Amino acid sequence: MALYSDKVMEHFLKPRNLGVIENADGVGEVGNAKCGDIMKMYLKIDNDIITDVKFETFGCASAIASSSMATELIKGQRIEDALQLTNKAVAEALDGLPAHKMHCSVLAEEAIQAALEDYKKKKA
Amino acid sequence: MQIYADNAATTKMSEAAIEAMTDCMRNWYGNPSSLYTIGQRAKEKLEEAREEIAALINAEPREIIFTSGGSEADNQALLTAAINGKKKGKTHIISSAFEHHAILHTLNKLEQNGFEVTLLPVHENGIVRLDELEAAIREDTCLVTIMTANNEIGTIQPIAQIGEICRKHGVVFHTDAVQAVGHLPIDVKAQNIDMLSASAHKFHGPKGVGFLYFRKGIILQNLIEGGAQERGKRAGTENLPGITAMTVALRKAVQSMDKNNAHMTEIRDYLINGLSEIPHSALNGDKNHRLAGNINFSFEGIEGESILILLDQKGISASSGSACTSGALDPSHVLLSIGRIHDVAHGSLRLSIGEDITKKEADYIIDSVKEVVAHLRSFSPVWRDLTEGKKEFILK
Repeated sequence: MALYSDKVMEHFLKPRNLGVIENADGVGEVGNAKCGDIMKMYLKIDNDIITDVKFETFGCASAIASSSMATELIKGQRIEDALQLTNKAVAEALDGLPAHKMHCSVLAEEAIQAALEDYKKKKA
Repeated sequence: MQIYADNAATTKMSEAAIEAMTDCMRNWYGNPSSLYTIGQRAKEKLEEAREEIAALINAEPREIIFTSGGSEADNQALLTAAINGKKKGKTHIISSAFEHHAILHTLNKLEQNGFEVTLLPVHENGIVRLDELEAAIREDTCLVTIMTANNEIGTIQPIAQIGEICRKHGVVFHTDAVQAVGHLPIDVKAQNIDMLSASAHKFHGPKGVGFLYFRKGIILQNLIEGGAQERGKRAGTENLPGITAMTVALRKAVQSMDKNNAHMTEIRDYLINGLSEIPHSALNGDKNHRLAGNINFSFEGIEGESILILLDQKGISASSGSACTSGALDPSHVLLSIGRIHDVAHGSLRLSIGEDITKKEADYIIDSVKEVVAHLRSFSPVWRDLTEGKKEFILK
């Protein structure tokens, strides 16, 4: 059995939405280098809709794939829908993650939450 | 291109070892404990193997028992020294911070049973200091166990001098030589070694077999109780195909050691020089006192598992001390022991080359690692912070 699903490998080898958004409307960074995973999400938001999203990740293959998948799942979504995104949905979209890698999908969920939180703060 | 560069994890069996193993399975299937001819022929083969293994490390045949591998030999050696020590009221053990888990976890268990353990630091170069070892020895020290060469960073310990100090103080000296046997000259007499563990699959022999050398006079304690095999010190029908193949593999490894080491040292240094060109990287462990096949680097701003999987895509099999590769939370205890902090330890890569490595393959490895590191850094938020001056570089 391969370590990762084909979907994880596909997103790791060809990550979607890689990079930064200058003057992003919301930026969220979670994790720490000590644990070996850091995710940073950048959002462009227009009329409560996430019109663009980019990410940067320091971490293992599943962390990179989780970030990539999470950006795909929220791109074009309304904020309230993006806030509903769970780590489980990210993992399922990747056709599953090994048990000890589930925390990578949690980080992806948290990174999105943090970026949306930042957006709300900036807006207020 | 397919390059297997994880020989410290395991090696490919040599054709001669496979041949010896299958020959034994087909033709020497008897149980060495049986008294009829077929059994006695197997027994002869077993004792021939013991004689040859002993000769290859300058030991006596009766000083060798065969085990299931390095971990079993380590466990038995430590248990032996601990029980024998306790009988004399000695319950202090000295080891090093970067031993293999077969040693460290056994020491943990002994600690839970009343033993006191001192782990010597291994410093930035990954080598124990003799003065610190001697200072740590106490009246109640029953064992010093220091590995001959480290499995992750390949650093070679001053075994003969450690043995000399132990002899002077009357302390039993065990060395986990799993990475060294077949790769470095071993002479248990000249190096003052009391017990030594070895594993066949690290020198092109089969998995699941190894041996423990124990100097005459040491009373071995049993891990496995049962029949009278191995003079009652290790029960269970002997793994004759494995033992025979191990013997063939070790003979070949010892015979070609000088030639192999000369070639691998040249390629190793070529790889080290090539990889050193990557900015903000560092070699882990002493540059010279290391196994001829070991190259271990840390690359700042990226994580090791990602490096491994991308290298695998390019046909290169390697290893890393990153937490993500083991499922643990902390990166390799070896890298932490030489002072690499977590952030940098996660971004490590171990290449352990074999004797058939070519210069062309080394060039391919260097190019591939450079490409992979640059790619992962291109979208690492840590690397961005470092290059934008928001964080300070740890590696030069």
